[in-house]
Amino acid sequence: MSLWVDQFRPRTLDDLHYHQGLSARLKSLAASGDFPHMLFYGPSGAGKKTRITCTLRQLFGGGVEKLKIDQRIFLSPSKRKLEVNIVQSNFHIEITPSEAGNYDRVVIQELLKEIAQTQQVDLNAKQRFKVVIINEADSLSRDAQAALRRTMEKYMSNMRIILCANSTSRLIAPIKSRCLLMRVAAPSPGEMELVLKHVAKRATFTLPPEAAAKIIDDTGGNLRKAILVLEALKMQSPDLSGPLTIAKPDWETYCHKVADLIVGEQSPARVMEVRGKFYELLSHCIPPTIILKTVAERVVERVDESLKADIMHWAAFYEVRMRVGSKKIYHLEAWVVKVMSLYKHFFFDIDMSSFD
Amino acid sequence: MSFFNPKAASSKTVAKHALDPALQPWVEKYRPKTIDDVSAQDHTVAVLQKTLTSTNLPHMLFYGPPGTGKTSTILALSRQLFGSPDNFRNRVLELNASDERGIAIVRDKIKNFARQTPRAQAVASDGKTYPCPPYKIIILDEADSMTQDAQGALRRIMETYARITRFCLVCNYVTRIIEPLASRCSKFRFTPLDPSSSSLRLSHIATAENIHVDSVVIDTLINTSNGDLRRAITYLQSASRLSSSTDPPTPITSVDIQEIAGVVPASVINEFANVLGVDVGDIMDIGNPVKKSSFESIRNKVKELMREGFSATQILSQLHDLIILHPTLSGRHKSLCAHIFAEADKALCDGADEELWILDVGLRVCKAITT
Repeated sequence: MSLWVDQFRPRTLDDLHYHQGLSARLKSLAASGDFPHMLFYGPSGAGKKTRITCTLRQLFGGGVEKLKIDQRIFLSPSKRKLEVNIVQSNFHIEITPSEAGNYDRVVIQELLKEIAQTQQVDLNAKQRFKVVIINEADSLSRDAQAALRRTMEKYMSNMRIILCANSTSRLIAPIKSRCLLMRVAAPSPGEMELVLKHVAKRATFTLPPEAAAKIIDDTGGNLRKAILVLEALKMQSPDLSGPLTIAKPDWETYCHKVADLIVGEQSPARVMEVRGKFYELLSHCIPPTIILKTVAERVVERVDESLKADIMHWAAFYEVRMRVGSKKIYHLEAWVVKVMSLYKHFFFDIDMSSFD
Repeated sequence: MSFFNPKAASSKTVAKHALDPALQPWVEKYRPKTIDDVSAQDHTVAVLQKTLTSTNLPHMLFYGPPGTGKTSTILALSRQLFGSPDNFRNRVLELNASDERGIAIVRDKIKNFARQTPRAQAVASDGKTYPCPPYKIIILDEADSMTQDAQGALRRIMETYARITRFCLVCNYVTRIIEPLASRCSKFRFTPLDPSSSSLRLSHIATAENIHVDSVVIDTLINTSNGDLRRAITYLQSASRLSSSTDPPTPITSVDIQEIAGVVPASVINEFANVLGVDVGDIMDIGNPVKKSSFESIRNKVKELMREGFSATQILSQLHDLIILHPTLSGRHKSLCAHIFAEADKALCDGADEELWILDVGLRVCKAITT
């Protein structure tokens, strides 16, 4: 038995519940035969992938759902082996080049050229071209993006590229100018309720409005999360009545604890304690950006209004340093110390300016 | 041909690899065929015209922002120089970032191609004779993505085989080309297209494609693309696709163009600015009194923007325009804001978290203009 998220995933463009304008647009594009390269972007859980698979189905018919998973091995210039998972059907191929880390350029160059230079062999195929879906396009390195540029123009006859990204900021302008941009916004609360109700109906139970409101409020526009939470809650209490507690993930409560520690006391001993907790989080593979954001959000809830802006500013400041630098813990710690000094300065009016 | 059965004939047409011109991207379809067709860039075109009449050509370095016609110019030039497709194939080597261009390739492929003496070919395969200059051309497209080492390896090659091979480097950032290479080339700067020549080209394409485009729409296209003609043409094609695929076909509007270009609607930006405490004039006055901006309100607004999925760089640049061109803010405030925007842009380029930085920009702009 699969999860509800997969089980009740819409399969055709007509089944989609929201952004009707976008669906109509995709449908007419798929019908026109003049299908461009596309770039889907939007926050996670807004339905980008679902929309892409629906479009593929519209383009090629049911055949795209016969998937096979392959593992391909590429050789980096220094003869290192890179393993990349590929999901493909007869009509499309799906890759996540960021799996190859720094060598994503090699994957793009070799794989795309190979696909681009072979033609569709199936004479019954509805379209002459194959589609390449590139996931997490915003984490492609500059080199890999540069490698895409000319390929996108040159092999337009055999291949269309669909990029899927969270934001367009990290994509270079030449790529953006070659694609048709499709913004997939997160669903509004009303739309989420509609979808949740639909899921409940398909799973044959009725969803009390209070429960729906709570889930929508808690998940902040992430529909995937909302449906997962709904399923989890249904497991806990089958009738979904009474007070519902949506379980927070462990790391989130842990982050909140860290925030409480920071606000509670400001001393070198406390910094050491916090450092231990950060290491714990990092060793459990929680991305440092998420840690910083969650802790910062919790800290600003508990301090005075005039401090909030500064705390967020320094969080942003150290976040970018963390990306550029190599050792994440330094910057997390630096931020903690900064916040503590700001806090002390504010409450006890101790001059901390020599600290800057 | 009559004894071929239809099936064989159809498979042959497929094998031709040719794209139906109707489905070709307009950017390719309307690439200039001769250098006279190149829009704007008068100076460059005038210089290159001279080389067509003489038999000499210097090494060249084309640089300028994307979509200004660099690749188009060199392709058109070499096509004109060599005349026949045979010559073009034999004597032009085009390498771009999608090809491997490490130092090994420079040493083998480029060097080998460069050192071959071009063979004189009196009669082309189609039976005509074409004039042909006594050299070959190597086009290194997107040369700024070549490594320093690979560029270094080119230095000597360029000089040694200068008699029979000319190089043309095409890049966006001339600073990424190492000095020794740059000094061996005559440089041509491609400037962003001025609105009049862009609009001329766009309306030419529109008439050739038989679509009706208002002058308002063309203005929007030019504004959103900032002098990048390729972008403008792509947008135009996308818009015409969308408009013609609906039933009945609707005319292209500037709102369509903005949506395709990923521009954040002005109302959203105004609302955001209003939350930050920027006076946005009469648009927001109705029923929405400017209240004191607080941390909470800004954070909620930023969350909302992020949920809508707008790109942070786009929000940033539009907010920047709004504040810098604001009629009543003082110069001091504006310069403070400019500083904030610059920092945020750098951070976003480094791949920072979008939500944090938009929030930071919001909070600091708010602080800067209220104090």
